[in-house]
Amino acid sequence: MHQGRGRLRSILRAVSFAGVAIGAVWGASAQAGQPLLNVSYDPTRELYKQINPAFAASWKSKTGEAVEVQASHAGSGAQARAVIDGLGADVVTLALAADIDTIANKTGKIPADWQKRLPNNSSPYTSTIVFLVRKGNPKAIKDWDDLAKPGVAVITPNPKTSGGARWNFLGAWAFGLKKFGGDEGKTKEFVKAIYKNAPVLDTGARGSTITFAQRGLGDVLIAWENEAFLALKEFGADKFEIVAPKLSILAEPPVAIVDGNADAKGNRKLAEAYLNFLYTPEAQAIIAKNFYRPAHPEHAAKDDLKNLPKIEFVTVDKAFGGWSAAQKKFFADGGVFDDIQK
Amino acid sequence: MTSSTVAGRDARRFTAPSVIPGFGLTFGYTLFYLALVVLIPLATLIWRSSELGLSGLYQIAMEPRVAAALRTTFLISFGAAVVDLVFGLVVAWVLTRYDFFGRRLLDAFVDLPFALPTAVAGISLAALYAPNGWFGEALARYDIKIAYTRWGILVALIFIGLPFVVRTVQPIISELEVELEEASATLGAARLQTVVRVLLPPLVPALLTGFALAFARAIGEYGSVIFIAGNIAYVSEIAPLLIVVKLEQYDVAGATGIATIMLAFSFAALLAINLAQAWSRRRYGHV
Repeated sequence: MHQGRGRLRSILRAVSFAGVAIGAVWGASAQAGQPLLNVSYDPTRELYKQINPAFAASWKSKTGEAVEVQASHAGSGAQARAVIDGLGADVVTLALAADIDTIANKTGKIPADWQKRLPNNSSPYTSTIVFLVRKGNPKAIKDWDDLAKPGVAVITPNPKTSGGARWNFLGAWAFGLKKFGGDEGKTKEFVKAIYKNAPVLDTGARGSTITFAQRGLGDVLIAWENEAFLALKEFGADKFEIVAPKLSILAEPPVAIVDGNADAKGNRKLAEAYLNFLYTPEAQAIIAKNFYRPAHPEHAAKDDLKNLPKIEFVTVDKAFGGWSAAQKKFFADGGVFDDIQK
Repeated sequence: MTSSTVAGRDARRFTAPSVIPGFGLTFGYTLFYLALVVLIPLATLIWRSSELGLSGLYQIAMEPRVAAALRTTFLISFGAAVVDLVFGLVVAWVLTRYDFFGRRLLDAFVDLPFALPTAVAGISLAALYAPNGWFGEALARYDIKIAYTRWGILVALIFIGLPFVVRTVQPIISELEVELEEASATLGAARLQTVVRVLLPPLVPALLTGFALAFARAIGEYGSVIFIAGNIAYVSEIAPLLIVVKLEQYDVAGATGIATIMLAFSFAALLAINLAQAWSRRRYGHV
C-alpha cells in the first residue's frame, strides 16, 4: 500500500515535471522579432546559418524592424511534402525545381510561373557534382569512367529518397551520353555498372558523406560540390581530396516565395526582401564562402572562387528536357533507376 | 453452455457495479481516447488506401521489390524477436533473481532503447559495426560483415526490441516462488526438468506478450535500420523505406498501400500470437 502511494506520487511528480518542461520549450520558441520561415534542404544548413543573421541585420538597418529568420532543414522532397501538408513556409529554398513545382501544383500557394520571378531561373547560387576520394587518390579516379570499373566502391545516396542523389545520377548519365555518342543502351549499362559498385545507398546526401568520411566505406563519394568542400573542412584536407570530373551537371537549387503563406501572415514584403537579399553582394560573398557557386562571382572573395574548379556543365533543361521529364523517365516507379537495380 | 448464457453473463459483467464509481465516464473516455489516438488514424490509413482496391493492394504486394522488402522486414523482425525472447528472458532472470553490485543501474540500462531516438541508435550501431568501427574492425579480420548487410538490420532490431521482453517477463519472474524450485528438486527432478516443467510454463504467456511486442516494434522500425542496413534494393531494403520512397514521389496511395499490407500482416501475426497465448493460459493456468 505504502509502495503504491509512493509510486503514485512519483508518477504525479513526473507528470507535472513533464508539463513544466513542455511549457518551457514552448515559451522559448516565442522570441522577439517578426518570424520568417525558410524551409530548405539538408546541405544548406551551414549556408543559411550565416545568411540569416546577415539579412536580419540588413533589414534592421533599413527598416528598424527586428526579424527572426527560422530555418527548417531536411530532405528536399520531405520538405516539399511538409509545405503541401500545411507547414507555414514563407519561402522555400529547395534542391530541385520539381519539388517547388509540386507545391505549386498541389496547393496553388505558388503561381505556376514562379521560376521566372527572380534572376537566373530563381537560383541565387548553383552547385555541381564532384568526387571526394581518399588522400593520394589510391584508385586513381579521374572521371566518371573510373567509377564504373570493377573493384571501385562508390558511395552515393539513393535517388529515390534524395534530391541530391538525382543530380548524381543525371551527371553520370550525361557523361555516358557524351562518351557513347548518345547511345542510350550503352549509357544505361554504364550507369548500371556504377550503381553495381555501390555497397550502400543512404537516404540522404549527408548520410552518404558520413558513410564515406566517418565510417571509412568506399573509394569515392559522389557529392554536391559544397558538401565535398565541407567534408574536407570538417574531416581534414589530409584525409581526402576533391576530384572534379571534366563534365558534370549544373545543379540549380531554386528559391521561391510561398505567396499563399506569406500573404496570410502579412510577410510578403519581408519574404521578397529575403530572397532579393540572396542576390546582393553581401549574400553572394557568403554563398561563395560556403562553397556554392554564386550567381554574381564578381562579389565573391577571390580566394573562395579559386576553390571552384572549371568544369564543362550540362543543364537538366538542355540535356533532359526539364525536371518533370527527367523525374518521370529515370526516377518514377518502373523508370530507368528501378530497371538498373534489378 | 449456450451462447445466450455467455452473452447474459458478459452483459452483466458490463454493467455490474464496482466499488469505485465512474465506470460510464471512464469507459466513454477510454473509447474516445482510443478512437482519437489509434482508431481514427488507422482508419484514415485504410480509407486512403481503399482507392487502390484489393486488386491494387495485391499488385503492390506482388511487385518484386515490395515483396522482397516485405520478406526482409518480416523475417528479420521475427528473427530479432526470437533472439530477444531468449536473451531477454536471461537478462530478466538475472536482474530479478540475483542481487549484485550495480543491479539497479543495470536494470535502468534496459530501458535505454525505449528512450533513445532510434536514429541515434542506428547511427551508433553503424559506427560500431562499420568496417572501421570497434566491433566491425575485429569482425572484419574473420571476414564477417555486419553493417550494411542484412545482419545489420538484425542487430538494430534486436537492440530496439530487447526491453519489451525483459519488462514483460520481469514481474512474473519476481512472483515465482523459489520454494517451487526447491520442491521440484527435493522430489528428484533434474535441473533441466525443473526449468522446463516448473519454471517455464508460468512464464510462457508473458514471454509470448514480450515476443509479440518486440516483433511488432521491429516491423515498424525505420530510424535505426536505415543507417545500418545499406538499403540495397532486393537485399537490405526494408518495407518502411519503400513507404518513404513512395512518398518521395508524392505517391500517397502507393505508400498507404504498403502500410496497409504491413498492418494486415502484423495484425495477423499478433492475432496468432494472442491465440497461442490464450491457449497457453488455458494449458498452464494463469499466473
